[in-house]
Amino acid sequence: MRPVFTIADNIISPLAFGTASNYAAICRGESGVRQHTKPGIAPFPFYAALFDELADTSHIDTIAGNFTKFERLLIASAKDALGNAGIDPADPRTLFIISSTKGNVSLLEDDKTVSPSAIGLASSAAKIAAHFQSPNQPLVISNACISGLTALLTGMRLISSGKYDHAVVSGADIISSFILSGFQSFQAISAAPCRPFDVARNGINLGEAAATIVLSSDPAQSKLRLAGGAVTNDANHISGPSRTGEELALAIRQALHRAALTTADIGFISAHGTATLYNDEMESKAFGLLGMNAIPINSLKGYYGHTLGAAGLVESAIAITTLQQQEMPGTKGYAVSGVSQPLQLSDKTVPVHAKHCLKTASGFGGCNAALVFSR
Amino acid sequence: MTEPCYITASCQITPGKVVKDGALLMENENIAPISYLQWLYEQKGYNYPKFYKMDGLSRLGWLAAECLLEGSFDKNRYAPEQVGLICCNRNSSLDTDTRYYDTVKTIPSPALFVYTLPNIVLGEICIRHQFRGENDFFIFERFEPVFLQAYVQQLMQENVFEACICGWLEFLGEAYQACLYLVEKPASKNSVPFTTATIQTIYENTHG
Repeated sequence: MRPVFTIADNIISPLAFGTASNYAAICRGESGVRQHTKPGIAPFPFYAALFDELADTSHIDTIAGNFTKFERLLIASAKDALGNAGIDPADPRTLFIISSTKGNVSLLEDDKTVSPSAIGLASSAAKIAAHFQSPNQPLVISNACISGLTALLTGMRLISSGKYDHAVVSGADIISSFILSGFQSFQAISAAPCRPFDVARNGINLGEAAATIVLSSDPAQSKLRLAGGAVTNDANHISGPSRTGEELALAIRQALHRAALTTADIGFISAHGTATLYNDEMESKAFGLLGMNAIPINSLKGYYGHTLGAAGLVESAIAITTLQQQEMPGTKGYAVSGVSQPLQLSDKTVPVHAKHCLKTASGFGGCNAALVFSR
Repeated sequence: MTEPCYITASCQITPGKVVKDGALLMENENIAPISYLQWLYEQKGYNYPKFYKMDGLSRLGWLAAECLLEGSFDKNRYAPEQVGLICCNRNSSLDTDTRYYDTVKTIPSPALFVYTLPNIVLGEICIRHQFRGENDFFIFERFEPVFLQAYVQQLMQENVFEACICGWLEFLGEAYQACLYLVEKPASKNSVPFTTATIQTIYENTHG
């Protein structure tokens, strides 16, 4: 089994284009979440992080070809990451992996009779791979809110086994009336900026983002290692998280075991922290079960909202930068703990001394994922 | 060295037909494709009220997993986290996406919205059988035996799981196909080697 390295990344969010400028913005406490009045998306004002706030969209607008907004964002993100990766996307040893929950679902809103292939994630992925002249069939992962982490884990495995040398892992989701109305129907949307792990938290903000992480077997340009990962299922409820956190704890334990590390090696945790009552409580129980209460931890949902299929990649790219800079962005919206287990949360950027970090996520269908990155 | 794995059971459901381990198990050609799944549920005498809350894709996958595991799977052999699911399809949850979006103009239905993700069917199977291992959902234009064989073989090899329910779960309108097969490490009486060729044969055998 070969080690797998992260060699380049990109984030496109309403805050900024590029990982470095995103990291700088959130370290300054800036958030892309604000109130919007958009009758095309919802009949009432709502808080979300939407792309029309992004000041410079030239990287996205200048992509030539017949692409949807979703596809254009993925291409712009992959292109920027590839520009820093120094690998050839057309190489047969390079694989493209796409992560999304709903992809082009907004096409359904404009035309109910839209062809299944136009809306399908497989055809979007094929168009993106063709744009980069990749000779390989791309993979598409659609695993609810853990999609981005599952996509990274899949890429890591296909490189470690020698099947490929590089993987370009990109994820995106667009917020439309389909998605917003659905979360609203669950009463999961907060009427104000979200407050992860806080006593006053009352739901999520949705967000738009695209992100890419390039994985490689070649340490020459390496930033860090993707050292291990695991996925588990709660086997409890399709839309509510585990009551005990045991299954997320199991994923963390397995990811650490596969990385040949223990909880004591982890310098900080990038949690899912959606700011729903049940998710954040479940996560605190999982970290509590593993005795990880004293490890610095954050949630980035207060800056980006919940970016669904992009979330695992956006948050991993920030975690990678945090490992390099040794400064961890705070949890925007957090003031007073509202979970049963004590956690090392702060709303301010804090210094960390981390050689390894943990990234977690959980989603509908009862799925949990954990990845370990190492410096 | 590659440790061999075996397919110890398979199940294929298409409109009007169930094929189990390569042989026709149940057939009813005089019934609409959509009604067939409920007919099957009733004929088999299942008692799992949640079935009626499920969307088409989850009903299909749930029934296919029942038929796959019945008489073929010794649950006591594995810890809950040792059983995984790796499935794929072409059209994600598009059938339910369309149904859900029809409700948005009036009262958006949370009961439908939760099924607008393709991996929910895996969650339903995990809940039914208390499987807690890895579950991944891939989207492909078509069944991809080469990828599915190599990837699951690697995960078995790395002991990510000791048994895996794999295959194709596609549901759109009147058309559906569930093709699930169970991969385990020890061979059993009627098992076949886990190869690209054997899973392609299982996928193509919709008539028994």
